Amino acid sequence: MVLLQISEPGRSPEPHQRRRAVGIDLGTTNSLVATVRSGTPETLLDSENQHLLPSVVHYIASGETTVGRRAYAQSADDPLNTLISIKRFMGRGIEDIKTLGSQLPYDMVASDSGMPNFNTVAGEISPVAASSEILKVLIERAELALDGQLEGAVITVPAYFDEAQRQATKDAATLAGVKVLRLLNEPTAAAVAYGLDQGGEGVIAVYDLGGGTFDISILRLSHGVFEVLATGGDSALGGDDFDRALAQWLGEQAALGDDLNPSLQRQLLMAARSAKESLSSQLQVEISVAGWTGELKREQLDRLIDPLIDKTLRACKRSLRDAGLKPEDVANVVMVGGSTRTLRVREKVTEAFGRQPLVDIDPDRVVAIGAALQADVLVGNKPGDEMLLLDVIPLSLGIETMGGLMEKIIHRNTTIPVAKAQEFTTFKDGQVAMAIHVLQGERELISNSRSLARFELRGIPPMVAGAAKIRVSFQVDADGLLNVSAKELNSGVESHVEVKPSYGLNDEDVTRMLKESYTHAREDMQARALREQQVDADRMYEDLLVALNQDGHELLSDKEYHCLEAALDDLKQVRQSTNHREIARHIEMVSKTSEEFAARRMNASIQKALTGHSLNEIEKGV
Amino acid sequence: MDFTSNYFEIFGLPAGYQVDLELLANRYHQMQREFHPDRYINKPSQEQRLAVQYAAVINQAYTELKSPLLRAQYLLSLSGIESSREASITRDSTFLMQQIELREALSEVREADEPFVVLDRVAEEARDQYADLQREFGQQYSQADVEDAVDTVAKMQFFSKLLNEVEQFEQELDGE
Repeated sequence: MVLLQISEPGRSPEPHQRRRAVGIDLGTTNSLVATVRSGTPETLLDSENQHLLPSVVHYIASGETTVGRRAYAQSADDPLNTLISIKRFMGRGIEDIKTLGSQLPYDMVASDSGMPNFNTVAGEISPVAASSEILKVLIERAELALDGQLEGAVITVPAYFDEAQRQATKDAATLAGVKVLRLLNEPTAAAVAYGLDQGGEGVIAVYDLGGGTFDISILRLSHGVFEVLATGGDSALGGDDFDRALAQWLGEQAALGDDLNPSLQRQLLMAARSAKESLSSQLQVEISVAGWTGELKREQLDRLIDPLIDKTLRACKRSLRDAGLKPEDVANVVMVGGSTRTLRVREKVTEAFGRQPLVDIDPDRVVAIGAALQADVLVGNKPGDEMLLLDVIPLSLGIETMGGLMEKIIHRNTTIPVAKAQEFTTFKDGQVAMAIHVLQGERELISNSRSLARFELRGIPPMVAGAAKIRVSFQVDADGLLNVSAKELNSGVESHVEVKPSYGLNDEDVTRMLKESYTHAREDMQARALREQQVDADRMYEDLLVALNQDGHELLSDKEYHCLEAALDDLKQVRQSTNHREIARHIEMVSKTSEEFAARRMNASIQKALTGHSLNEIEKGV
Repeated sequence: MDFTSNYFEIFGLPAGYQVDLELLANRYHQMQREFHPDRYINKPSQEQRLAVQYAAVINQAYTELKSPLLRAQYLLSLSGIESSREASITRDSTFLMQQIELREALSEVREADEPFVVLDRVAEEARDQYADLQREFGQQYSQADVEDAVDTVAKMQFFSKLLNEVEQFEQELDGE
């Protein structure tokens, strides 16, 4: 029996209808949005035909914002209310950004959660909220270009971003009201853009130097599978540091002293950046800033930035070693990020790998393009596509043990998703609780690691020291986000945390911020909640319908089939209502009803995959 | 058939120490093409959750089967012998003497005139012996000589550690 399908106005029930999905490169300096149209990836233009949206948000007293070029123009006049390089503050604690604070002219204040906020005329603004303003502009641009609501977005992050920084990025997307299909590592995105473009096989090294971050990734491409072998970098090193080194030099030339006001600092930085950019195409440049006029030769710039570039090359060496490879094993070097336009960077990378790097795709756009390609595959616009990305976690994860040491549970460069467990025991007789401190980093001493979360396992039955068996399980999903649970094996006492970083927002924060952004329009919030539930309901309906048509009769008894079918019919009815809670309740019900079906389908897939093996063996003549 | 069963079955390979690594990699990609969460974005949410778990098992299986040491330990664990903890220490005194010599050579690297030359020599020696041990384990395992196989795995652990330390030295010498 085939279920009759009736399409709603404006919707097609075809499972392979084109779904609107985008790739977003949320950069330190610039951000972009790209999509795949007619099989070709393209970055989307704003109304002034620009691809790049400067990642700058300007706040005024009413709380309204301007984003992009117009905001950047305010930067020297109104530095405290014009937020640039926001990405550098994402997921960071107040301690982390002290060093940045002296370089960036902001008034930073600590929030209750220990997170740094920008103090602006519009009040305290968190880095997550500021980032969401940038995302909103890009989403609006995409929805205009694609003429409808987005199914979701792939958002790129530096490979070297830790858990807290990834979670902060996801929170920003939630605030902006877009579904995150996947957080994708920037170098992996670039490799996808080049790999699919050139169809090359073999080892690819992606050298990604952005405004504020440096990433190096070593991948192997084989028959459409991009397998990341190793990744490394520095989440606080980028082209902005070139600008700062040069700005400092300019300050010295102009004999300005150390104590500069924010406005003058900005002028120096802007002059430095523009001089650096000019030197990508000419040998020297005339500079006039803060009453000083002089000439800057390319060699002088090279001398200033060489120590920074050398730092990136050391990270490249380490990643190659992690991958068990030598520079000559690399078939292609891909350059990503605006800072790779600096000629000295290209020279030194060529030297280090012994080959000319690829620069065919605009280094500013390549990441967004790769993200768009993956988004297109993820939402199912390319059924039967062979492309698959196997990525890794950049930093080791573990927990604190006696003596302030970190015991690693998952090592860096492990392919995700991954689940690992390790057993620990109690230290004292009669100990009934255990504090679990989750850490990320490579060093043994916890003082050198990043604290991700703390939680407690309580209710352990009193036993002699060493008798309890506490199994701590880590699960990292395909976005690189961590879940931790702990269980005492003798008693079955369990405790579980979705790791919300020590310096991050908790779920209530996100909900509160969402509410705040809608305080003046309650109906907006209702409408939004309804729309979200409707999208979820439609999605579930379509997905399950396809699944039922494919396998329903094979895997379910008649009774089960009709039961599920009835639940789906109900869902379809309820979806028409305007009560979002009611829709949510039905989604939950259908979800429960279809649990067993899901398990059987997965099992059938395993059987099929295993039969596939023996077929191959026949082909290979084994 | 489910994912709690043995890693070799997941990839449809015969359980044994000799593994065709290229075939293993192909099977691994094939299985991930099927079960990676990226393939389940349009599937019902329960299937998405299961996919995360399955993909994690496939990754773990691949990691253990492709490493010479982990594969040996896994084979022993299939026979009910847990060799992953350091409790198993070899009694082979000749072997221990060799280890001490190699470690001494390594500890002198920093003071050496040409540290990289010394380091390369130690690394090469260690890799050769490690490869010999892997061959030995293969034979012992196929002849069901469990006692010796356990001893060989203990020795392999020494070399695996030593080679890690060699890498750390390389890193240090590179000024990282």
